[in-house]
Amino acid sequence: MKYCLVVDDSAVIRKVARRILEGLQFRIAEAEDGARAIDACKGEMPDAVLLDWNMPIMDGYDFLRTLRQMPGGKRPKVVFCTTENDIAHIARAMHAGADEYIMKPFDKEIVASKFHQVGLL
Amino acid sequence: MTEADFNFLRMLLHQRSGLSLSAEKRYLAESRLGILCRRRGIEGLVPLMQLLRVGGNAALESAVVEAMTTNETLFFRDHTPFDLFRDVILPEKLAANAATRSLRIWCAAVSTGQEAYSLAMILDDMAGRLAGWKVEIIGTDISSEVLEKARQGAYSQFEIQRGLPIQMLLKHFHQDGDKWQVSERLRAMVTLKQHNLLDPNGHLGQFDVIFCRNVLIYFDVPTKARVLAALAPRLAHDGAFVLGAAETVIGITTTIVPDKEHRSLYRDGRSGKAQTAVPVRPYNPPRAAAIGSLRS
Repeated sequence: MKYCLVVDDSAVIRKVARRILEGLQFRIAEAEDGARAIDACKGEMPDAVLLDWNMPIMDGYDFLRTLRQMPGGKRPKVVFCTTENDIAHIARAMHAGADEYIMKPFDKEIVASKFHQVGLL
Repeated sequence: MTEADFNFLRMLLHQRSGLSLSAEKRYLAESRLGILCRRRGIEGLVPLMQLLRVGGNAALESAVVEAMTTNETLFFRDHTPFDLFRDVILPEKLAANAATRSLRIWCAAVSTGQEAYSLAMILDDMAGRLAGWKVEIIGTDISSEVLEKARQGAYSQFEIQRGLPIQMLLKHFHQDGDKWQVSERLRAMVTLKQHNLLDPNGHLGQFDVIFCRNVLIYFDVPTKARVLAALAPRLAHDGAFVLGAAETVIGITTTIVPDKEHRSLYRDGRSGKAQTAVPVRPYNPPRAAAIGSLRS
């Protein structure tokens, strides 16, 4: 079973994402900001990260840059999932090493489509 | 909607578009035609059906057909046909058509355009190999409404997230308010025309590739046979014909037959790439078949 880390400061979003991803046969862990997500990755590097942009302490962009420099940090597929829905943010995320980008609001079909595109399904 | 009105509607749809509306779809008809009534200022389904029964209103009949047509589509829907196009069909056609340097593709039920633009994106990514080639993508649909949306090439955030890889979005779209606009380069590659698949189609010319996906599933067997009989002469002798994953020609026609190696890919029955043709059994409609009951 693949392991996905859901990183979002909204408990509601984390709960929705967990339900969707568990339905897609992922094992889930949650983190409410980038710093806690880095700690989680030090414990066990995930196969996938579903990543919000705007979060306290460490935002998604800084998390991604830090993750990619960690040992084994290039391996996880990182899918941004954010309300930052403009082309400049998307381009910035992809340049920083994101694999896919989901614009909120999202549903199961969108998550499945994006995870399929990066080879997670 | 009364039983008699619903049966009249089914007959009308079948005659005008070949669409087979099963008996359990009455709720769908009431819902979609209710919207049509509100848009056109018709007071309800009863007056609408009266207008249709009087006849002579081609525009209203077309609007009813459009309202009852399923137009669901996605960018790169089902993935496999587009992998097939990029990895099997295109290399084959690039070799076979090297002398003419021409490639014609028909999306036979293009709906709101996502399939045609998905193919255009694949072709655009191969622009280097296609330099000097004349490439045409013709998209047809029975519905003028969906064709207008396809022409505009503007999609919602929800539409562009279903199937479209983000790198393709960055490369081929720009943001326009809350819409995502297909690039002019892609739009210039796609020509859109209104066409009923049951109508004569000689004016469209011949095609190297025909995509006719998720269309036949809405037709009964005799209508499927009519559609395939109409499409087959438009396919080049060494062309590629792509159906939806849930569709087949087996038992319907031998003019288009399955490819020897690839699922969903079909060939001209005379082509060497085709499997040995499966004989067509005579079609014996069941006693309660849609057409029979419609005419009763």
